[in-house]
Amino acid sequence: MAPKRIFLRFSADKSEQPIIYRLVKDYDLIINILKANVNPQKEGTMVLEITGDRYSEGLDYLRRQGVGVQPLIEGITRNEERCTMCGACTAICPTGALYIKRPEMEVYFKEDNCIVCQLCIKACPMRAMEVQF
Amino acid sequence: MSAQKTYAEINAKIKAGKAVVVTAEELIALVEEKGLSKAAREVDVVTTGTFSPMCSSGVFLNFGHPAPRIKMHRVWLNDVPAYTGIAAVDAYLGAAEVPENDPLNRHHPGEFRYGGGHVIQELVERKPIRLRATAYGTDCYPRRELNTTITLDDINEAILFNPRNAYQNYNCAVNLSSRTIYTYLGVLKPNLGNAHYSTAGQLSPLLKDPHFQTIGLGTRIFLGGGIGYVAWHGTQHFPAIQKDETGRELGPAGGTLAVIGDLKQMSARWLRGTSYLGYGATLSVGIGVPIPVLNESIARWAAAKDSDLYAPVVDYGEAYPNRIPGTLGYVSYAELKSGKITVLGKEVPTAPVSSYPLAREIAQILKSWIQEGKFLLTEPVQLLPSPADGLKPKVLG
Repeated sequence: MAPKRIFLRFSADKSEQPIIYRLVKDYDLIINILKANVNPQKEGTMVLEITGDRYSEGLDYLRRQGVGVQPLIEGITRNEERCTMCGACTAICPTGALYIKRPEMEVYFKEDNCIVCQLCIKACPMRAMEVQF
Repeated sequence: MSAQKTYAEINAKIKAGKAVVVTAEELIALVEEKGLSKAAREVDVVTTGTFSPMCSSGVFLNFGHPAPRIKMHRVWLNDVPAYTGIAAVDAYLGAAEVPENDPLNRHHPGEFRYGGGHVIQELVERKPIRLRATAYGTDCYPRRELNTTITLDDINEAILFNPRNAYQNYNCAVNLSSRTIYTYLGVLKPNLGNAHYSTAGQLSPLLKDPHFQTIGLGTRIFLGGGIGYVAWHGTQHFPAIQKDETGRELGPAGGTLAVIGDLKQMSARWLRGTSYLGYGATLSVGIGVPIPVLNESIARWAAAKDSDLYAPVVDYGEAYPNRIPGTLGYVSYAELKSGKITVLGKEVPTAPVSSYPLAREIAQILKSWIQEGKFLLTEPVQLLPSPADGLKPKVLG
């Protein structure tokens, strides 16, 4: 069975539970953590590659735990024509992938730091952030 | 040479290609280098800029008459309604108007992907716009329905008239509640998760002329990439100098401008349809105002730095929506631009919703227009109310 990629979002109170352990132990899934941003007492995000026959059961378990589960999209790009470098995305972006260079106050997007949480997509007033499937 | 100058003297220098024009940022550096008196003598004009969402914007349109003629009773441009309670083929399209079938906030937060501001941007881009109108029919205007496509070049007039733009200062918005809120200052995370502010600080036009010594009716400005004029003071124009509890001055707040200009000579780079999640559609507008350095006092105000200018920190979770007075303190634009402020003892990340890079570009463009002799200054027909007039907002009963 081909590996599947998913994007997970944890609330702050879920970030200290051994959720990945349960996926491996109880559902016999092979987990490859591609990206993770998990900190105590903070909302966390994770990108997983999962292989195993009990994939759907594993996802149901995650949802029962209140973890947000979405299929992984390829990535986020910035439409440079539309972006006005206002900065409204920068305090929303959880990983600092969208950040302000000071003192110029220019807004940059460092794709390597993007965990594809998509919070910027709707928070951008210019609709400059785009999803690539 | 005295720092006293007249509009006529400055314009003569502009025509001769000899005027000394600097942006507000450059003036700050010049004052630090040479001192206020010398800088005030040397500089003729200071240029400012701002690029922000400005909801109180819109365009008066005259479509011209079809044959047979029509007295438009209802009109829609790309399904966005415009106001037609004026003459037969005149309408006013407001930036914050949305299509009648927009889901609004029924599934909160609504996206507001398209509205009047987006139509204005597409008009300026010369894109075809669907025009639909209905009418009740009169003897002189018998037609009852119209469905056609227009572009900006096809219609008689398109006059951008924005009743309230270029807000002098704005709240720094935070959220003390325990849920994410969706405001006109962007998405505010719960429990002081972030702080949003919205002016260009030391570049912003009305922060540089707090006593309205130069900006008035007829002041020629950069508007949406073209030439515009200050038409009046804006709605809710309550200019004041902020003070803390000890009486220390914290820079100006409360002034606004009503501006006007021919949309046909503007550019979509400086007029952009904008969507605020959970709040609404609007238009981002680029405005630049030249400030003539008529005397040293004007230069001193125009040289105010980010560290001299302050924004009140206000809770948008509870206090602001319910009109509970008071603030959570004041923070300077220097602090806001550093990326973090301290509110109620907690460090809070800051972000602007107004583009500083585009504000800087506007100030540079206006500077080059003046240096090239393409843009002369106008002496106001009448100055606007200043903090000395003590205008105060009313509370609706």
